Amino acid sequence: MIKDSYDVVVAGAGPGGSSVSKTLAELGFSVLMVEKRQEIGAPKRCGEGLTMNTVDIIGEIPQECIRQKIDGATLYAPNGNHVLVDLGAEGGYIVERKAFDKWLAVRASRAGATVVAHAEVTDVIKEGSQVTGVRILVGGGEEKTVRAKVVVAADGVESTVSRKAGLNTTNKLVNVDSGYQYEMSNLKLETSKRIILYFGNDIAPRGYLWIFPKGPDIANVGIGTAMSEKPAKWYLDKFIKDHPEIFGQSSIIEANSGGIPVGGFLENMVLDGFLVVGDAAHQVNPIHGGGMKEATIAGEMAAKVIAKAIEKGDVSASVLSEYNEMWWKERGSKLKKVEKLREVVEKLSDSDFNMISESLTSDVAIGLTRGGKMYSLAKILMKNPRLVKLARHLI
Amino acid sequence: MAWKIDNEKCLRCGACVSVCPELALELKETGIVHDAKKCTLCGICEKVCPVRAIEVKK
Repeated sequence: MIKDSYDVVVAGAGPGGSSVSKTLAELGFSVLMVEKRQEIGAPKRCGEGLTMNTVDIIGEIPQECIRQKIDGATLYAPNGNHVLVDLGAEGGYIVERKAFDKWLAVRASRAGATVVAHAEVTDVIKEGSQVTGVRILVGGGEEKTVRAKVVVAADGVESTVSRKAGLNTTNKLVNVDSGYQYEMSNLKLETSKRIILYFGNDIAPRGYLWIFPKGPDIANVGIGTAMSEKPAKWYLDKFIKDHPEIFGQSSIIEANSGGIPVGGFLENMVLDGFLVVGDAAHQVNPIHGGGMKEATIAGEMAAKVIAKAIEKGDVSASVLSEYNEMWWKERGSKLKKVEKLREVVEKLSDSDFNMISESLTSDVAIGLTRGGKMYSLAKILMKNPRLVKLARHLI
Repeated sequence: MAWKIDNEKCLRCGACVSVCPELALELKETGIVHDAKKCTLCGICEKVCPVRAIEVKK
């Protein structure tokens, strides 16, 4: 099934890998996408939320991948004060990653890419500085050498393939959130149409806790924390115990954990014959930790640059670096602002969160997640003289 | 001096792998593989683990 050589080999079959593979296959290139796990999309490391503007990029998503349509968010301050954020037509979906990732891979395969699960890139082959192929452990048994003009690392947060190729993608501890999540059933939810986010230094130090409904009484209940005294799981278990009105009769139907890159964007994401996309390249929104949109966009950019480089007969880093430029222009510049916002938010005390919740509006909340409305938040912070310096960091 | 993982607790998410400065950890289908020759016992992996499955003693 796996041939000796391809135009492009992609390590990892998440949204990033499938985006690269589908786009390149559609352009007529031979593509092999391998996934080390035995099942694409599982186990999930994700709250499964997808904004509508991501859907616009990906295209119409089949019904079997969608669990719940979302039209709003409720943000809870530590004192219980809450802000209703109307996402309206913007909204989004809670998807079933197990089905969604498989559908993305199926789409890539229909475009002509060869997809193989339970096949792991164990090493990257280089001739001098040029990446020329990979070693792949197929089905846990046979190890095979596959040559490629370009190798793409889309292997998720662990980002092992890049580092084996010689590109340092190691996350700094300060830039990783520890994530933990249960998929729970028999919950008492007011509505399944709104996601709920809880903030507070005792609830989720330097992060937030989420409830993403997947149905009237089913939801992903998760948490992201960083540099916290106790592990993420401890804070989530405590919250569940403290809220019997939601979780009193609930059950746990799945447990997930994960590291979430929330900053530390890479100036350089290419080598000779090599590039990296998605979580592996830290391409995640630093304020909410969502990565599917970023991986999809970056995947398409990477594919276009690779296509041009192969056609030109020059896949050197200097040609592939057009991907760096494109990404930083379109996404990096915005996400860098969001990273700044994260740095400000992580310094807020519980009383600061309470104060912000008094004045935060829907459009400011939504704008902030996209790297905008920084001045609006700064104005709110400046109401407290102690926060003036912090507010200046935003503008 | 020791690096230990509790494989019952570990959910194979790879958060530890992502922060290891020495690439001493790898996420395999069977779980986290630790290379004692590369490991400097810096303890970053212990701090990032969402379930504290890792214990590092200097």
